Amino acid sequence: MIGVSCTNLVKRYGDVVAVDGLSFHVSRGECFGLLGPNGAGKTTTIEILEGLLEPDAGDVEILGLRWKQHDRELRQRLGVQLQETQFAEKLSVEETLRLFRSFYHRGRTLDDLLRIVELESKRRSWVGKLSGGQKQRLAVACALAGDPDLLFLDEPTTGLDPQSRRQLWELLSQFRQQGGTILLTTHYMDEAETLCDRVAIIDHGRVIAEGSPRELIATLGAPRVVTHQGTLEDVFVALTGRHLREE
Amino acid sequence: MNAIDRGGAWHPMIELALARLREFAREPEAVFWAFIFPILMSVTMALAFPGGGNKPAIVGIEPGEGSAAVRSQLAREPGITVRDIPAGREARALREGDVHLLVIPGNPPTYRFDPARDESRIARLLVDAALKRAAGRSDPWSAREEPVQLPGSRYVDWLIPGIVGLSIMGTSMWGIGFAIVQARMRKLLKRLVASPMRKREYLIAQVVGRLVLLAPEAGAPLVFGVLVLGMPIQGSILSTCLICLAGALAFGGIGLLLASRARTFEAISGLMNLSTVPMWVVSGVFFSASNFPQAMQPLIQALPLTALVNALRSIILEGAALQSVTRELAILAVWGLGSFALALRIFRWR
Repeated sequence: MIGVSCTNLVKRYGDVVAVDGLSFHVSRGECFGLLGPNGAGKTTTIEILEGLLEPDAGDVEILGLRWKQHDRELRQRLGVQLQETQFAEKLSVEETLRLFRSFYHRGRTLDDLLRIVELESKRRSWVGKLSGGQKQRLAVACALAGDPDLLFLDEPTTGLDPQSRRQLWELLSQFRQQGGTILLTTHYMDEAETLCDRVAIIDHGRVIAEGSPRELIATLGAPRVVTHQGTLEDVFVALTGRHLREE
Repeated sequence: MNAIDRGGAWHPMIELALARLREFAREPEAVFWAFIFPILMSVTMALAFPGGGNKPAIVGIEPGEGSAAVRSQLAREPGITVRDIPAGREARALREGDVHLLVIPGNPPTYRFDPARDESRIARLLVDAALKRAAGRSDPWSAREEPVQLPGSRYVDWLIPGIVGLSIMGTSMWGIGFAIVQARMRKLLKRLVASPMRKREYLIAQVVGRLVLLAPEAGAPLVFGVLVLGMPIQGSILSTCLICLAGALAFGGIGLLLASRARTFEAISGLMNLSTVPMWVVSGVFFSASNFPQAMQPLIQALPLTALVNALRSIILEGAALQSVTRELAILAVWGLGSFALALRIFRWR
């Protein structure tokens, strides 16, 4: 069954080509990672898939449906976490979650959601008083409010401390175990290696490599891996001659 | 599957309006301005324009030969107050309005005053009559006077409905505009449209969420006017409330429209000032809109603030019925609905 399928996506901003003929497919139940440096086109791609941006060319299919005909149904079945969303500071955790829950015709209870993201003790705290990790867990809780079949996450752990990252990874693994599909972007190699079944490495708006983290690391020649265990970072360096986190 | 389960939450429109209201109520400065500003303005106006009582004409006398005689003649006169001015400061006293008229004693005396100032022209008449009488003029008769003080005819009575209109315009537009731009800057709008939320419900909720605040916002200057300044409300309270509601909806729609594209506080402030400041001046809040040339009248009468203030004055001061302000209500409805429809079309959610 199709989770996400996109074919030959193109998106231009004036002269800049942000997405340049990008294709990949994600099956239901899979966790798929878009990996690449800042400016590679990850966010543009995921926003096209989320139905927030219109591609200049190419075809997008989500859960077997298309944005043009099934916008409302798709929105009910997707969970979305965007980069840089700041929720209203003077609403409480519970009030924020309740607002998002009200948009969905079915889904989890507020108590359930608060428990899943471990924010029960913070339910009456204002969003402005939360730590970075807590805010990000609230964002994921809002994405989970409608009990989605597919979760889009744009750099879910950027800027978080190691403990908060592990907490979030744990949460996403649980979502997977219940049959959920995840598409996420990241520029952390360890995140992709921990969470993703398959990754597509993106650079300059194109997929330059695709496969499971293990497969990709295996493509590295033996000499590269003498001093330490190979990582996706090595794969990227091998493909482009540049490092992922620089730029 | 057909039954909608919102997990204990209410309809999205109610939740959105509640969120809006909570955010406002938790912003102390916003509350202060919404409630205190109209009262402060009314108090200031009440102090500047005390009702009833004639204001005396204030007259200065240039020192010199005969000035003592002129002084004693004028000081006897009711309605004239003589104010001493240090020598050499006469021109300044006239310009600043410290004296309305300067008498230079002589035979005949000279009056120095600005004929463009109403109070100076009145002072001239009073002083002239007093000095001529002192010089021996006899009046053929003196008319019987019947002073009339109609309740609701003072300037301050006329002003209060204007302040109510200003308050509704200001708080509706600024409140909605800033909240939307802030949500846009925080990428919250983008997150909301990524959810199944309906766009028009969000926009309606922004306007409706503020209506709860209308009672205190419009009510504060009205209650102050009635209780402290003794302004009578001749028409029905219900009609007054309905007009205020129509005004809040109209300006709410305009607020949405102005905020529909703006990305920064600077941009929205500019748009708000550009649209509200001209109405402060021309819509007849502080002085009658009929002071402006005939050619401008169709435009001025079509402005939402003019319609709101005129309707409020008709109901409050003249006791008019709601049907007699149909035209004003129609103008407000067109502004509100038109702005809302346009805002929904051009709104920037990113």
